[in-house]
Amino acid sequence: MSQMSMIQAIRSAHDVMLEKDPSVIAFGQDIGYFGGVFRCTEGLQKKYGEHRVIDAPIAEGGIVGTAIGLGINGLRPVVEIQFADYIYPGFDQIVSELSRLRYRSSGEFFSPVTIRTPCGGGIRGGQTHSQSPEGIFTHLSGVKTVMVSNPYDAKGLLISAIESDDPVIFFEPKRIYNGPFNGDPEQPPVSWATHPKGEVPDGYYTVPLDKAEIVEEGEDLTIITYGTIVHVAQAAAKKAGVSAEIIDVRTLMPLDVDTIRDSVNKTGRAMVAHEATRFCGYGAELVATIQKECFWHLEAPISRVTGWDTPYPHAFEWQYFPVQQRLVNGIRSLMEIE
Amino acid sequence: MTKNPKLHIPQPTARPGDAPDFSYLNLSPAGSVERPPIDARAADIEHLALEMVRVLDDDHVAKGPWDPGLDTETLIEALRLMVLTRTYDERMQRMQRQGKITFYMQALGEEAVSIGQGLAFEPGDMLFPAYRNQGLYIMRDTGLVNMMCQCLSNSRDMCKGRQMPIFYQNKKSNLFTISGNLATQFPQAVGWAMGSSIKGEDHIAASWVGDGSTAEADFHYALTFAAVYNAPVVLNVTNNQWAISTFQGTAGGERRPFAARGLGLGMPGIRVDGNDLLAVYAVTRWAADRARSGGGPTLIELVTYRGGAHSTSDDPSRYRPKDEWKFFPLGDPVVRLKQHLIKEGNWSEEQHSAMEVEMKTTVIEAWKEAITYGTMTEPPFLDVKLMFEDVFAEMPDHLKKQQEKLLKMQGVTS
Repeated sequence: MSQMSMIQAIRSAHDVMLEKDPSVIAFGQDIGYFGGVFRCTEGLQKKYGEHRVIDAPIAEGGIVGTAIGLGINGLRPVVEIQFADYIYPGFDQIVSELSRLRYRSSGEFFSPVTIRTPCGGGIRGGQTHSQSPEGIFTHLSGVKTVMVSNPYDAKGLLISAIESDDPVIFFEPKRIYNGPFNGDPEQPPVSWATHPKGEVPDGYYTVPLDKAEIVEEGEDLTIITYGTIVHVAQAAAKKAGVSAEIIDVRTLMPLDVDTIRDSVNKTGRAMVAHEATRFCGYGAELVATIQKECFWHLEAPISRVTGWDTPYPHAFEWQYFPVQQRLVNGIRSLMEIE
Repeated sequence: MTKNPKLHIPQPTARPGDAPDFSYLNLSPAGSVERPPIDARAADIEHLALEMVRVLDDDHVAKGPWDPGLDTETLIEALRLMVLTRTYDERMQRMQRQGKITFYMQALGEEAVSIGQGLAFEPGDMLFPAYRNQGLYIMRDTGLVNMMCQCLSNSRDMCKGRQMPIFYQNKKSNLFTISGNLATQFPQAVGWAMGSSIKGEDHIAASWVGDGSTAEADFHYALTFAAVYNAPVVLNVTNNQWAISTFQGTAGGERRPFAARGLGLGMPGIRVDGNDLLAVYAVTRWAADRARSGGGPTLIELVTYRGGAHSTSDDPSRYRPKDEWKFFPLGDPVVRLKQHLIKEGNWSEEQHSAMEVEMKTTVIEAWKEAITYGTMTEPPFLDVKLMFEDVFAEMPDHLKKQQEKLLKMQGVTS
């Protein structure tokens, strides 16, 4: 066991898999000699060589396209797209090729590519370094989509993603790379040093790609969320003085419906929260699922707290971000309904 | 002086009713282009992208340093494969017109691309074809019956009914699944080739796009990555002059040949007479040998003509002269190879007619067998539950539920 940041945990997952499986390679902009702009692959090229940890040209479409070819040839590429905001040139290769290759060829061909990409706001990144586009990818048929919230899960889920024969889009909220964020921008940043989820095994382990986690048990309501907002929800529930059951979805596709249903049926109240825009966001799918699965147990309409339906602004970051106070307000409103 | 620079809107040399005009094609005399060694420096052979490698002259005689010296047996086999491709196309085109299949695309007039190039690769080389490369599937033993079953979406369809007709696949013969999205296979082929190198193998990859889809970003990604990493790959542009209704100038072919697209990256380009099977084989073999020996990628432009419509959904008489193909200066690849063999005393009109009859019989027999496995309207049909398989390696719960729901609606118990 070591105390790790999310960056160190992601690096450790690469290290474990590069060591364990000679077919694993890492591929992306600045990830080789330099070790990545967020340092997630630091030292790996030196250790595994420039033919396994490869610097790529600035061409996301080319990176994804060639990674698919590497995967067809029996390798397991772990691709880094430097920011989720820059994934779109690779979108056609993901939508039209990577996600449907197995289907269109009746299982003859597949490409086990993992695409890692830092996402989310709270870092003064404006509209080009803050996006949460997970809902665009969960809408596809044939890719698994993950968003991580802590170092332990990040390593275990990334190893599962690399080992999966299905393509995985792996979102890493960069605001919590170095420490959890409780959604109060006035408070100084904290590190993962004292957080229980910062305790990470040094070797190989996995976290399954189809299981949500109940990060806190409670009785009054269920908050269903993922990524950075897991930590915001925990702090908000405490501040609101309610006993909230908090579910970290972790793998958005496929969705662990059972965990969510059982919890909401128990509490009777549900709040869905994410950073991404609201309209047709992933939360809409969660709401529809809860409505269908838990309708007769619901004591109040399902609540949603999300980013606003605007591009992500630079100047109004904390008005845009679903900060702790917005979740507190949402919790109070939800609890007031008789 | 004008302050309003006018845009250039490319226009073909002839539209319906006009006399065909191929004066824009820059042709080199057969045998006139030098053949450099496979380890020549890219910078020293840039002229290959601008000239045109041709072996067969107008009298059907093989000339010059690019004559690959293929034996008669191989040439007759190449001719047979081209005739088989054309016969298969004729049959399937007719079956579409009769409503037996929903869609079809012929390779009429450009058969030498798939057959001539296919002969130049090793069986272990991975090919990423485009949609008019059915010849590659035919020559790599996909089986006519299997190909027909794909077009029929019947109970033996290799794609289990997931793809439109002609989107074949054949993994055991190292033929990738065809995508309907243009040029997406180009960077994938480069990635595959990179993988071969990383794994320490000497297999190479090859891929094909049309003149039209060279405008896609994927084409340029592929060239960049192939050049950057010196990937062992042969990248091919089948320039058949037409991308549905837009002529090759709309994709940017007017000022410089497509073969020259890689020169800025330091990648050799070769422009070849795509209807001259000997020349097609020779340049492809040169590029394959170069790639296999560590010399990196080559871009080949095969100049040919799309003899038929883009697809069964297209009517070319609305945008190009009806008889344009007759005036195409590089002729018909089947006729040219046949005449070459006759000229050499190794073939005759009688033998050729007999072969055509044999190929026709082969295709008709295959069709008869294929429809016993079902058509779109006659059983046996594919099991509808297959719709939910192969989305993921293992079917997740939500798909199991949807599958169950559909089967229940249809009154199927399984």
